[in-house]
Amino acid sequence: MSAAEKLVPLDDVLAAFDPALGLEVHVELNTATKMFCGCPTEFGAEPNTQVCPTCLGLPGAMPAVNRVAVESAMRIGLALHCEIAEWCRFARKNYFYPDMPKNFQTSQYDEPIAFEGWMDVEVDGETFRVEIERAHMEEDTGKSLHVGGSTGRIHGADYSLVDYNRAGIPLIEIVTKPITGMGEKAPAVARAYVQQLRELIVALGVSEARMDQGNLRADVNLSLAPKGSEVLGTRTETKNVNSFRSVERAVRYEMQRHAGILQAGGSILQETRHWHEDTGVTTSGREKSDADDYRYFPEPDLVPVAPSREWVEELRATLPENPTQKRARLQTAWGFTDLEMRDTVGAGAFGLVEETVAAGCTPQAARKWWLGEMARRANDSGADITDLGVSPLDVARVQALVDEGSLNDKLARQVFDGLLAGEGSPDEVVAARGLAIVSDEGALGAAVDNAIAANPDVAQKIRDGKVAAAGALIGAVMKEMRGQADAGRVRELIVEKLA
Amino acid sequence: MARALAAGETTSVELTRAALAATELVDGAVHAYLHVDAEGALAAAAESDARRAAGTPASALDGVPIAVKDVLTTTGLPTTCGSKILEGWIPPYDATVVARLKAAGLPILGKTNMDEFAMGSSTEHSAYGPTHNPWDLERIPGGSGGGSAAAVASFQAPLALGTDTGGSIRQPGAVTGTVGVKPTYGGVSRYGLVAMANSLDQVGPVTRTVLDAALLHEIIGGHDPLDSTSVDQPLPPLVEAARQGATGDLSGLKVGVITELSGEGYQSGVLARFNESVDLLVAAGAEVVEVSCPNFVHALATYYLVMPCEASSNLAKFDAMRYGLRVLPEGVESPSAEEVMRATRDAGFGDEVKRRIILGTYALSSGYYDAYYGTAQRVRTLISQDFAAAFEQVDVLVSPTSPTTAFKLGEKLDDPLAMYLNDLATIPANLAGVPGISVPSGLAEEDGLPTGFQVLAPALADDRLYRVGAALEAALEAIWGGPLLDKAPTLEGAAR
Repeated sequence: MSAAEKLVPLDDVLAAFDPALGLEVHVELNTATKMFCGCPTEFGAEPNTQVCPTCLGLPGAMPAVNRVAVESAMRIGLALHCEIAEWCRFARKNYFYPDMPKNFQTSQYDEPIAFEGWMDVEVDGETFRVEIERAHMEEDTGKSLHVGGSTGRIHGADYSLVDYNRAGIPLIEIVTKPITGMGEKAPAVARAYVQQLRELIVALGVSEARMDQGNLRADVNLSLAPKGSEVLGTRTETKNVNSFRSVERAVRYEMQRHAGILQAGGSILQETRHWHEDTGVTTSGREKSDADDYRYFPEPDLVPVAPSREWVEELRATLPENPTQKRARLQTAWGFTDLEMRDTVGAGAFGLVEETVAAGCTPQAARKWWLGEMARRANDSGADITDLGVSPLDVARVQALVDEGSLNDKLARQVFDGLLAGEGSPDEVVAARGLAIVSDEGALGAAVDNAIAANPDVAQKIRDGKVAAAGALIGAVMKEMRGQADAGRVRELIVEKLA
Repeated sequence: MARALAAGETTSVELTRAALAATELVDGAVHAYLHVDAEGALAAAAESDARRAAGTPASALDGVPIAVKDVLTTTGLPTTCGSKILEGWIPPYDATVVARLKAAGLPILGKTNMDEFAMGSSTEHSAYGPTHNPWDLERIPGGSGGGSAAAVASFQAPLALGTDTGGSIRQPGAVTGTVGVKPTYGGVSRYGLVAMANSLDQVGPVTRTVLDAALLHEIIGGHDPLDSTSVDQPLPPLVEAARQGATGDLSGLKVGVITELSGEGYQSGVLARFNESVDLLVAAGAEVVEVSCPNFVHALATYYLVMPCEASSNLAKFDAMRYGLRVLPEGVESPSAEEVMRATRDAGFGDEVKRRIILGTYALSSGYYDAYYGTAQRVRTLISQDFAAAFEQVDVLVSPTSPTTAFKLGEKLDDPLAMYLNDLATIPANLAGVPGISVPSGLAEEDGLPTGFQVLAPALADDRLYRVGAALEAALEAIWGGPLLDKAPTLEGAAR
């Protein structure tokens, strides 16, 4: 690291500079076929098995637009409050790269399908309006694998292999306008924006939006301007940041790095940079100067896309509720505190709680099970909370059994053990494991009598009016009944018998 | 031939053998073909004969052999586009038009020579050597589809497919005495046509008669979901229009002679034949008026901006990574991808291709885009408007197809601008997407070489080309006592 790349503490950065942020998020759509051909888009297939003359860019092959991809793009645009173009075109972005079959990318340039939108982003109760400049359609490139060499990068590799399965998969690129006025919250805003955008994409059902699989990739543009200055500083573009946490860290790192250079009297180079997850730093990619000329021009092989207004309105009418608004609405309905809500969302349990409540469970009980019991189990087994094998319906049923007195919490946990072990429905687990609370008065009475007989001292205290001592007797009864007694009824019986 | 096949007077195998025999005899001198597929053609012919025998021919032209320009992809047969960079490349898929030929039962004789990536007006820019005009082997057969035109003109193929970006079907047709048609843009699928300039390219028939062209056009034309620019409408009745035109009656038809394309710069013999043809149309009952298309004077300049821009982008894919030629730079220990690409392109592309790549790259680069590409697109709109205005007055427009007869090989090689002038009359149709036909209109007296008569119609009204073309053909053949090609010199050793 050169001297110029000394990092400045964040507080010092903010004392001298105003950060401006720009985010470009690429979303890989989950269409069954590619953007311009009929090839399947399944993830993880054998290399180069999902290809055809068109996505391989063979001489003579021609593209044809995937209507479903256009529809997904419009749904994303509408959900981001964008205008939908009455008429738009694809353009060729000409540049050379070994994993790009045609050496031009079919993309949209000055005529995107969606433009001029916004999304409100919440950070610690404060709302930032992120203005969306555009959302445009394009195709993904192939993937290079560099073999030999230690770094997995092209330098030092013996040879390179290219997998074109990904080439031609539809992408939507969502570009913000410069976001300013965030101050110290810039890194958090960046993270929250990507997080909320992902939530929206998932709610729309147009992408799996998994960052770890590259379905959702963020490029982070950052610049610093002297405090109070109206003019934006020179920006750097950190490419392909692939987790929420990294988005936040990359912004913070670049703020600190830029400030270091500027305070040392240097100037920022406009360039692309690579983010290194392991070391938490960015390094220089290629220099992005004026020489970078993509020679865009309208793709002559594709007719313009002109979505009818009826189609647009039809899509607008069928948009799912905006996740942010939905969260606010349900928080009120459920009576959750901000902290409870944040935890629920953070644990990835928001949708599960929602479905559990819809199945008849109280919000607090649903939250208790998912965040207490299920989150812990998911954590222990390293599984995703949605993949445990326990459904919201199951949780609602278990809670119903608790409410009607057939189970207590301890028994309920055993029911969950059974559910996780695949022993069937909650009722089946209760029956098979014999977990139902014993409410047979005769059996309970006998157990209470035994407990009184075995603990004469305690019984005497209760007779003397120290009802609080009943706990010890209840414990004894529960022990005898293997936990399957209704604790409330046991207490009543003890008090009745010792009155 | 189709009639003879239907009547059982000959077989597809006999026709195919005859075409292959002609190739054996004359193609050493003509060089119309880059690849001949005798085995494949004869096998397809035998299958065709079996269908005929069973009474289930696949189409009107089932069994009639055909030659295909080497710019169309063919499974199992090389597709080189006349370029070294694709030497030996065998595509894994058929162009839609090739698939349609196969489905219609036409045996494919082979792939015809062409200017490299269809860039040229003389077929001298083929990396595999020039094609010679069967009328005079010292002369060019036109370009870029000189191979297809020469194959038909030298009786090596009764039918051929060409592609026309700025006149590459019509101009070779004119200088070889064959019929060439550029259909309406989008009327025939471009899928599998290795693009030169996508917004201008069109596949079309090269034949001996207008009716043959109509029959072939009906087989290759029509919507193709693989080509999103293809027109999603049924073709007009082309064969019917050709048959009707052949009766010689053009009454009720209004014909416009394009002022800008029928005077200055045209060889006198070409103009003389053109004027006689116009008289014949009048004799057939057509009303003839002069129509001005003022923006046509800018067509050549417009074309030479749009075409190289698109071409420069299309040719970017030839990077030595996936298919075709790969040349390692000399004296470099472990060359980078860029170095390999540079060496490959240096060796694999010819001068004309390099010239147009550089032109297009320059014209598209930021700062020049508006001045060049943007302006060209605006002029293109003006040319379309000229056509629209003209077609409000007349049903078809006519002009000589090419300003001159075939020039000598090598004559214009060092003067690209003079070469480009050959497409003066054909280019406006490509810029506007309208259809055009070139019909043989006789021999120029000064050099005894063929001239062509061009008919242009509004987009989607391709049937008018066939009506007018067939009427003119009938009138001229009555004067000549047979097809113009009968007057072509017999090539040494060649059988007809």
